[in-house]
Amino acid sequence: MSDQSEVEDLLRRSAPQVLGVLVRRHGQFDLCEDAVQEALLAAAHGWPRYGLPAEPVAWLVTVAGRKLTDHWRNERARRQREDTVAAQEPLARQHAPGADVDLLTDTPSSAADATLELLLLCTHPSLSEPSQIALTLRAVGGLTTAEIARAFLVPEPTMAQRISRAKATISAAGASFTLPGKDRDERLAAALHVLYVIFNEGHTATAGQALTRIDLTAEAIRLTRRLNRLLPGDGEIAGLLALMVLIDARRDARTSADGRLVPLAEQDRRRWDHSAISEAADLLARTLATAPLGPYQLQAAIAAVHAEAAGDADTDWRQIAILYNMLERRSDNPVVTLNRAVAVGMAEGPGAGLAVLDSVAEDPRLRRTHRPDAVRAHLLEQLGDHAGAHEHYRRAARAALNQREKRYLEERAAGTGPVGTTGRG
Amino acid sequence: MKYLLIIQMNPATWDSLSEEERTEIGNGQSKFIDTITASGEMVGSHALADPSQSAVVRGRPGAATVTDGPFLEAKEYMGGFYVVDCENVERAHELAAMIPGTDHLPVEVRPVIFTAGYGL
Repeated sequence: MSDQSEVEDLLRRSAPQVLGVLVRRHGQFDLCEDAVQEALLAAAHGWPRYGLPAEPVAWLVTVAGRKLTDHWRNERARRQREDTVAAQEPLARQHAPGADVDLLTDTPSSAADATLELLLLCTHPSLSEPSQIALTLRAVGGLTTAEIARAFLVPEPTMAQRISRAKATISAAGASFTLPGKDRDERLAAALHVLYVIFNEGHTATAGQALTRIDLTAEAIRLTRRLNRLLPGDGEIAGLLALMVLIDARRDARTSADGRLVPLAEQDRRRWDHSAISEAADLLARTLATAPLGPYQLQAAIAAVHAEAAGDADTDWRQIAILYNMLERRSDNPVVTLNRAVAVGMAEGPGAGLAVLDSVAEDPRLRRTHRPDAVRAHLLEQLGDHAGAHEHYRRAARAALNQREKRYLEERAAGTGPVGTTGRG
Repeated sequence: MKYLLIIQMNPATWDSLSEEERTEIGNGQSKFIDTITASGEMVGSHALADPSQSAVVRGRPGAATVTDGPFLEAKEYMGGFYVVDCENVERAHELAAMIPGTDHLPVEVRPVIFTAGYGL
């Protein structure tokens, strides 16, 4: 690894901590972000020449802080109030602190905590989901605007505008940097949701997107891992991390050589990352033993049951059906019931699966989506009703919004077509 | 999520509008572009020539026939489209309603499932 990329790595890891400390100290998210960017630039030029400082985060905080002060000095008339307070109380708590806030210090652990607060800020409820995603990747992930734009296939100016508006929204909302305890759980759940959405974007990316330099699944895992290190006792963070690692472990087996989707039942499990699976299963086991149960842990448990099976036929579908049942009771998502229908179909026969499917097929939230038809087709195929399966695969294929899934469903429709079969199982 | 906002051009309807109405609709498009640019949802925009300027190509290279005009004489056709990247389908509907002229020329909102090109 060259010096330059070591420095880049270090800067990317440090940036959110620096931003977190400054925002906690001063508010004004957008100004702090600008100051941090300038400090990063100075570091990117200076560190390879003069060597790394002993305390990189502290160095960046100092330099960025100086740039902020310079900015305020120049904007004195317009920012009179903040300027005065900043000059008099360098460690002031400028926002009403929550009951659980300690006095601000610049210890490394406080910088790490600031990263968590920063994540909660970026997933502020006043922002739309695309904005939360963009801001999180930018401010917490340290990705450049260009990298984020490329990952989501939007023009760079569009992504820049989205991020800039998000920063302004947060600043305008005067978002308190520290939160009272009750709200914090909700906000943490929202943050986890954003990380999961980022992971899924990467996971379902088309082949073209997979060729981009920035791997969204890796970013999501990295950020969740960091959260897990900061809050090791939080069961849902650990659950989400385990879930992501377990799903990502199947990545190599998920796509065929010609870019087609390989469903779980047909995947070559030797191509799964078994050491990652081991790591995640250990984490999950520890978590289930100690933390209160939650939806991400349940989803991880389901993924773990799949991961333990040597092949599709060895899968403990009964256990999976039970886990989906537990998940159903905790979440209001009809997709969970669809998944349970598949599991019940495997455990008790397609007829039983269809009964579960019928209990949710008319849910308005599933209207116009392809999933109920896809599940029905799959169950009818297992029942031996090839005409019915064909019809529903066809409908599902038409409605699918993901190209690879669409192609897969079209193939299954062809395989259950009226003019003989392709001989595929 | 990306959506195409397709303006359905209907020449009979267009001809029935006054000069002022047509100008307003035309000028309003740049205002709409400003709106979606400011909101960070703009991906692209194209206005299309009249289908009389189209040709239909059939067959493989070396053996292709080229016929003047569109597939069929439609009373309605694609006049132009926007590509937007927005939060969900409800927002896409909201944006479509902001396009000037929608009380005369309806807009089809269609999800995009694959994008390449445009330097993306």
